[in-house]
Amino acid sequence: MKKCVITVVGKDTVGIIAKVCTYLAETGINILDISQTIIDGYFNMVTIVDVSGASKKFQEYSDELEALGEEIGVIIHCQREEIFEKMHRL
Amino acid sequence: MISVYEVKETNKMIEHENLDVRTITLGISLMDCIDSDLAKLNEKIYHKIVSLAGKLVATGQEIEHEFGIPIVNKRISVTPIALVGGAACRTPDDFVEIAKTLDKAAKEVGVNFIGGYSALVSKAMTAGDERLIRSVPKALACTDRVCSSINVGSTRTGINMDAVRLCGEIVKETAEATKEQDSLGCAKLVVFCNAPDDNPFMAGAFLGVTEGDAVINVGVSGPGVVKNAVRQVRGGNFEVLCETIKKTAFKITRVGQLVAGEASKRMGIPFGIIDLSLAPTPAIGDSVAEILEEIGLERVGAPGTTAALAMLNDQVKKGGVMASSYVGGLSGAFIPVSEDQGMIDAVKLGALNLEKLEAMTCVCSVGLDMIAIPGKTSAATISGIIADEMAIGMVNQKTTAVRLIPVIGKDVGETAEFGGLLGYAPIIPVNEYDCSAFIGRQGRIPAPIHSFKN
Repeated sequence: MKKCVITVVGKDTVGIIAKVCTYLAETGINILDISQTIIDGYFNMVTIVDVSGASKKFQEYSDELEALGEEIGVIIHCQREEIFEKMHRL
Repeated sequence: MISVYEVKETNKMIEHENLDVRTITLGISLMDCIDSDLAKLNEKIYHKIVSLAGKLVATGQEIEHEFGIPIVNKRISVTPIALVGGAACRTPDDFVEIAKTLDKAAKEVGVNFIGGYSALVSKAMTAGDERLIRSVPKALACTDRVCSSINVGSTRTGINMDAVRLCGEIVKETAEATKEQDSLGCAKLVVFCNAPDDNPFMAGAFLGVTEGDAVINVGVSGPGVVKNAVRQVRGGNFEVLCETIKKTAFKITRVGQLVAGEASKRMGIPFGIIDLSLAPTPAIGDSVAEILEEIGLERVGAPGTTAALAMLNDQVKKGGVMASSYVGGLSGAFIPVSEDQGMIDAVKLGALNLEKLEAMTCVCSVGLDMIAIPGKTSAATISGIIADEMAIGMVNQKTTAVRLIPVIGKDVGETAEFGGLLGYAPIIPVNEYDCSAFIGRQGRIPAPIHSFKN
């Protein structure tokens, strides 16, 4: 399994999760964990996904997710999970 | 599974506290390029660097993108050129041709600095070593990316005072040769005692002769992250403070270890070491001085500074050592003046002076770094400052270094501007009493008694 962490931050609006999840489904990326909250009117979402079945390369889906974020008006980042794993787990 | 809080903590460090990997430095041995024909030597050097480092910058960018961590610099260190060029170079100008080749290769592969225009002369100089040292002013003036270092002493050999005397003159000549840019050449010249073979940080990086054919060394950073962590425990006792610094250093170093492993795998070049350093930049909040101030000093330079720095340096090492399989290089808190806004401010206010900086170098890495001094300072005085710093390294069995910039045409009260990561520096006063009779003595200072450990 090859995992990535997708973070979405920005002004709350209707359908953010729907649009991100639709993109992930279309790209063959499986959601393993999802958490979402609103802090001071700002939408915060962190999703851990399995990208081993992705139909595209990292560079492509991370760029496309970023572009999707711009479209919705939020900031979307996609990072390989190892950076968090290394920092927080022995 | 990683929690939301952990994801947020990491990303906060990157986005708001300037967490980055300061440098991936590819060490390249040039031993197999040695030739007695200068043209052939230059050709071999160029070819070897370009073929090994061709993918370095692209690989660094790939890793940055995938992990979301900035990698500020991609650099190259090579075998000390005095060794590589000794057989081919009959004059200092011959060495300058090698410097131009290194510069051209660095530009071709897109790295911002290439280190190793160096000589290791801690006991004595060969004719080749001396030619290289004499070529440094011209080499640094006619290239953009070449960095030079000279090791003039060690705990095992003592201090080569003939080299120290020569280095004072060379620093001065380099300043003159680059006076149009506030003597910028001197920012690319380091004089060392106990220089490490695997240092990834410029300007002192070179690949020692004990190293293999090629190696990836990584320098981490993160003063901003440590400062914010220390702020969270304001008023806590020393145990709490030390634990906080250690844990933070651990986290920072783990990121460096990850990046080093990835770079090594993708380039097919062995991983060497992680340099556990707190390397500041002129960016606001990315300052070692500000950590010391957060620990409880009104300004860096106040009484207590040396103790606070000693503690900080030790905790960074203790936290970092566990996070990486191999540590090396300079490993410690850096205290360059021009690259640290808190240091600049303290010098401007008169809180921090050259003598206090010298005391601070006894307990941290590395030495008198990026300090602008009046352009009128004599070569003998510069040699005197170098000798003092080398003595600290020799006696304390640690690496020390001097990177002074005598800013030609400027004096105390004025400011030298270097730009970019090198920052700017207020010119600091130097003790003007003369030491030329001491520096004028020939020979070397013997190794200290505690170096005889066999």
